[in-house]
Amino acid sequence: MYVAVKGGAAAIESSWRLLEDQRRGDTAMAALTVAQIQEQLSLAVDRVMSEGSLYDPELAALAIKQSSGDLVEAIFLLRAYRTTLPRLGYALPLDTARIALLRRISATFKEVPGGQMLGPTYDYTQRLLDFTLLVEGEHRDASAPSSNPSNKLSEAGIAVHRGPLPTVPRINDLLAREGLLETPQPEMVAPPGDLTRDPLMFPADRALRLQALARGDEGWLLAMGYSTQRGYANSHPFAGEIRRGFVSVALVPDELGFEIDIGDLEITECQMINQFSGSREVPPQFTQGYGLAFGGSERKTMAMALVDRSLRADELGETRTAPAQDAEFVLSHADNVEASGFVQHLKLPHYVDFQAELELVRKLRTSHAMAKKENT
Amino acid sequence: MIDSNYNFAFLDERTKKRIRRALLKAVAVPGYQVPFGSREMPFAYGWGTGGVQITASIIGRADVLKVIDQGADDTTNAVNIRRFFARTTGVKTTEKTAEATLIQTRHRIPELPLTASQILIYQVPLPEPLTKLEPSRQETIKMHALSEYGLMHVRLYEDIAQLGAITRAYDYPVMVNERYLMSPSPIPKFDNPKMHMNPALQLFGAGREKRLYAIPPYTPVRSLDFEDHPFEIQRWDHACALCGSVDSYLDEMIVDDEGSRLFVCSDSDYCEERRDAGHVGGQQAVHLHDALATPVINSTTTLQEAA
Amino acid sequence: MKSQVLLSARQVGKSFVHQGQPRWACRGVSFDLYPGEVLAVVGESGSGKSTLLRLLAARHACDEGSVHYDVQTESGNEPTGLVNLAGMSEARLRWLARTDWGFVEQHARDGLRMNVSGGANIGERLMALGARHYENLRGEAIAWMQRVELDTGRIDDLPATYSGGMQQRLQIARNLVTHPRLVFMDEPTTGLDVSVQARLLDLLRELVDELQLAAVVVTHDLAVARLLAQRMLVMKDGCVVEQGLTDRLLDDPQHPYTQLLVSSVLTP
Repeated sequence: MYVAVKGGAAAIESSWRLLEDQRRGDTAMAALTVAQIQEQLSLAVDRVMSEGSLYDPELAALAIKQSSGDLVEAIFLLRAYRTTLPRLGYALPLDTARIALLRRISATFKEVPGGQMLGPTYDYTQRLLDFTLLVEGEHRDASAPSSNPSNKLSEAGIAVHRGPLPTVPRINDLLAREGLLETPQPEMVAPPGDLTRDPLMFPADRALRLQALARGDEGWLLAMGYSTQRGYANSHPFAGEIRRGFVSVALVPDELGFEIDIGDLEITECQMINQFSGSREVPPQFTQGYGLAFGGSERKTMAMALVDRSLRADELGETRTAPAQDAEFVLSHADNVEASGFVQHLKLPHYVDFQAELELVRKLRTSHAMAKKENT
Repeated sequence: MIDSNYNFAFLDERTKKRIRRALLKAVAVPGYQVPFGSREMPFAYGWGTGGVQITASIIGRADVLKVIDQGADDTTNAVNIRRFFARTTGVKTTEKTAEATLIQTRHRIPELPLTASQILIYQVPLPEPLTKLEPSRQETIKMHALSEYGLMHVRLYEDIAQLGAITRAYDYPVMVNERYLMSPSPIPKFDNPKMHMNPALQLFGAGREKRLYAIPPYTPVRSLDFEDHPFEIQRWDHACALCGSVDSYLDEMIVDDEGSRLFVCSDSDYCEERRDAGHVGGQQAVHLHDALATPVINSTTTLQEAA
Repeated sequence: MKSQVLLSARQVGKSFVHQGQPRWACRGVSFDLYPGEVLAVVGESGSGKSTLLRLLAARHACDEGSVHYDVQTESGNEPTGLVNLAGMSEARLRWLARTDWGFVEQHARDGLRMNVSGGANIGERLMALGARHYENLRGEAIAWMQRVELDTGRIDDLPATYSGGMQQRLQIARNLVTHPRLVFMDEPTTGLDVSVQARLLDLLRELVDELQLAAVVVTHDLAVARLLAQRMLVMKDGCVVEQGLTDRLLDDPQHPYTQLLVSSVLTP
């Protein structure tokens, strides 16, 4: 005899226990600490902070630990946590010209004021698996410069008693001063919209598009940016400048009425210099694309800058010929929290709807059969 | 019992206020999709965040909450959501439709008629009824504003021309208050008539798409059709194996390797209430035949048939 | 009623910016069109004739001048007199385009829904106006297919399976189903085989006559103008160089450009 099956609640609880076992793994091994993740998986932490839209390396590391390294899941955790946080106000725009640099390069000039600084990068490594990393214990060269290698701040030369950050002029600003590079201004007088508060509607202005790109999935943006290099709306990009370092965050609290410095953020910023436009009357200028992310997320900022530029097609009077120029297409699918949720929701029971389809298909087949019978 | 780390019902009061304001707009314009600043919730997008945000914004301490998915209280996602509210509000929960003041649902409307003191909250994956015909939101906003729904009717005509019948079995488009074309969410078309002139307030939340909409009480809701191809709901030739109901939506279950089927009420509370009242089903597994496989069709006993 | 102007263009012009300078795609065009009258707009490519058509059909806004149409009320009983299209709401213009106007595109693909059947294409306007009887819609579609000489057995076929000439006939049927009083046509026969063109022109002439349609027909082909239109505008570089009765213009052209056009037509 059929009895209605109950036990969904018990099944859920079992799945939690199994999940926890999966997360912890072999208990004979030491558990990962959040601090280890924060220090030694720092680029994963950076990505989770950027797409989670929350700068807190420890929380991001916690999310990575909790999600067993599934970064999209970790990003989701961070975003959900962000929902619960009270909003104190808006910071002033970051001044990325005043920066304690870890890395700074330009592909457009051989020499630049301030110099080219390679910093920590995979770019000039050979991608050979380093099997010495399989060995436990310290492996570092004792002659390394910093006494405390994990302290990035000290590597960047920021002393405990801080003075003002050095100013490192951006190459783009130098070109702009010469009139060679456009300096687009925001289209409206009102303050920019807040993507974390209001839904994204189209057409979206550049400020909102950049917000959507900043928290957008790196893989998606990488693919879109790549497509622009392969002929789907080419804009001939050059990496004008990529800089990574610490900038300070300032706020004007209502109670004080003046600016206070509330801390430092590590950021990576990329400015692409693109196809010049102009005419007989309007002298030609280079156009730009912009990318910004937390931590050392260089690939993300470069992809973001390429896509930022391609989405400016309408603004720059270019014909739209490629998917990377369609803001509604690119930005509606850029949020991996949304995408992951909806793709995975297909795992939820859909049997009521499937039952409805079954009934319809059977009915149509009956009609066919009856028609066939009538015709014979 | 309540998790004191979070505000009542998880969302902060300001967010709840913004959502309620959007809900008021939605109630003022029945069937119109109101954009709202949907928040990330502790559930994945696509798993009911829209419904959860609406419930969280309107739930009060005196409410009694029921959560169902596929018509049943015990499905895993419904359990998850119900626990979330129990944990963040301490509000009483129930499996009995008659006892509930708020009902959050995915893919079904309860069989028991609702009353004016109840609110039904639907989880909606794709709020735009025109989305498969016109993916651009900018375009569809214009179409709704100008009441340009010809495209939808063309699609229904085409279904009949090519296949002999309208091929929407669920998420069947409706006209609300004879003005806005609306997606009722993926409820089977069987449930569409229940939306018409319902004394309860019906709210629809799409978290990922960031829109919500509403059908105020006693609002006309009409499923699209043609005069000579009228809208019809699904019907079964079988009764519920447990309670004998012939009026409710039935789930089909495969019970053995030969493909025998058993049909049971989708609405678990409705079925239980009937059994408590003494109704008994026939407990009979059946075999279904493919209409095009067997040469002689006996359409009354073994096949589902349109009414 | 018969002497009431249907469509009036008054010094109509559209400009665009090219290399920093304003240039006029068409400028200073004026004419009055009466019910049942066909006006041909003739010129080479680049003459501005297609831009003019789009201005008349309110698909672009005029930069100079205005276009006026004798809009009927929705019940169709009382004429309201000429209304400036620039003052009409987008909703009203779109309604007008779906009911009292037709627009036959040069390429049928631009004027048809390619992913639904011929029958659905013809029925769409009626469905947009609230028609909800499937068999009646189908009956209308069949009647119109017969009228435009399409095989009614193809009613459920997709337009992509139709030939070019058939697609144009389908487009015409789709536009005429709401009995519009004015039809815009953009090179309706260009791109079709000569024999197909001839048959289509005959059909158009019959329909215009039978339904008392007013039409503005853009064409570079003088033969089309002679066959369909009572009056003609000749355009060059955005301006009207000559206008008047078709027969007179073709038999006795005054402007050098018109003379050039007429003399270069190969006589069959």
